[in-house]
Amino acid sequence: MAQAALRRFSGEALIEEAGPTGMVTLRGTLRSGAILSAVQGAVGLRVPEVRRAESGPRGSVLWMSPDELMLICEAGEAAGIAAGITERLAGEHFLALDLSSARSRFRISGAGAREVLAKGAPVDLAPRAFGPGDLRRTRLGSVAVAFWCTGPDMFELICFRSVADHVYEWLCLAARPGGRVHLY
Amino acid sequence: MLILTCPCCGVTGEETEFHPGGEAHLKRFGPGSEDGEFTAYLFDRKNPRGVHFERWRHAFGCGKWFHAARCTATLEVFGTYSARVSAPPEEILAMIRARRPGWEASA
Ligand SMILES: [Zn+2]
Repeated sequence: MAQAALRRFSGEALIEEAGPTGMVTLRGTLRSGAILSAVQGAVGLRVPEVRRAESGPRGSVLWMSPDELMLICEAGEAAGIAAGITERLAGEHFLALDLSSARSRFRISGAGAREVLAKGAPVDLAPRAFGPGDLRRTRLGSVAVAFWCTGPDMFELICFRSVADHVYEWLCLAARPGGRVHLY
Repeated sequence: MLILTCPCCGVTGEETEFHPGGEAHLKRFGPGSEDGEFTAYLFDRKNPRGVHFERWRHAFGCGKWFHAARCTATLEVFGTYSARVSAPPEEILAMIRARRPGWEASA
């Protein structure tokens, strides 16, 4: 099936659709040795601290809640990673599922990126309060999102696919030229 | 506007990130209970002017339920605590008494 071209918008920040992304949800006792080694084996990363994201060449691990992680990987790898974790954790109390189709991912970058997010989320986005590796699950406008900081003025955001068009348009509107308030 | 701290993930956020779940510490009356007890369990709620204990959910955040002790008149939040208790813990009661001398928990 042909992929639709990925949308991007350049304004006070660059808003980009990330396109097909592998996402594996993993629920369980996050500090257990079994989960730590399963995550290490799947994407080569540590289990992140509360409200943090770990990133490396094979993907990312997002803290989602006290008993939930999200593994971000290549689109074609998610099913295999979920199956591999399920095999490795046999006998443990856990859940690993390929949920790649549930959510959409965006990149927000540039000098106005912090303000774009701050216009919709009740989160302190000052650089000293929200830096690389920090993550928040919160709302953007009226819909649930999670976003994390991947570098100076660089962010990634995921939301449910059913509201992805709305979120994309919301981000573009918030990044429209002339919209900076120079808070940060 | 309430500012609540979720005891499950540590976020201090404004109330639009949370969803209220009504009065806390209700005792469930189910099959086999008296009609009056069941009716009270379903419908009777405290509506105090002052200290109140409520259930809240970090709906847009970690998704977990927790308890909050707050004042319905001033919106002051005395503290938040685990959802896994059936009565407010002593440290929460101490925080309330420090702010509301003479206050006593009603049965
Ligand atoms: Zn929380």
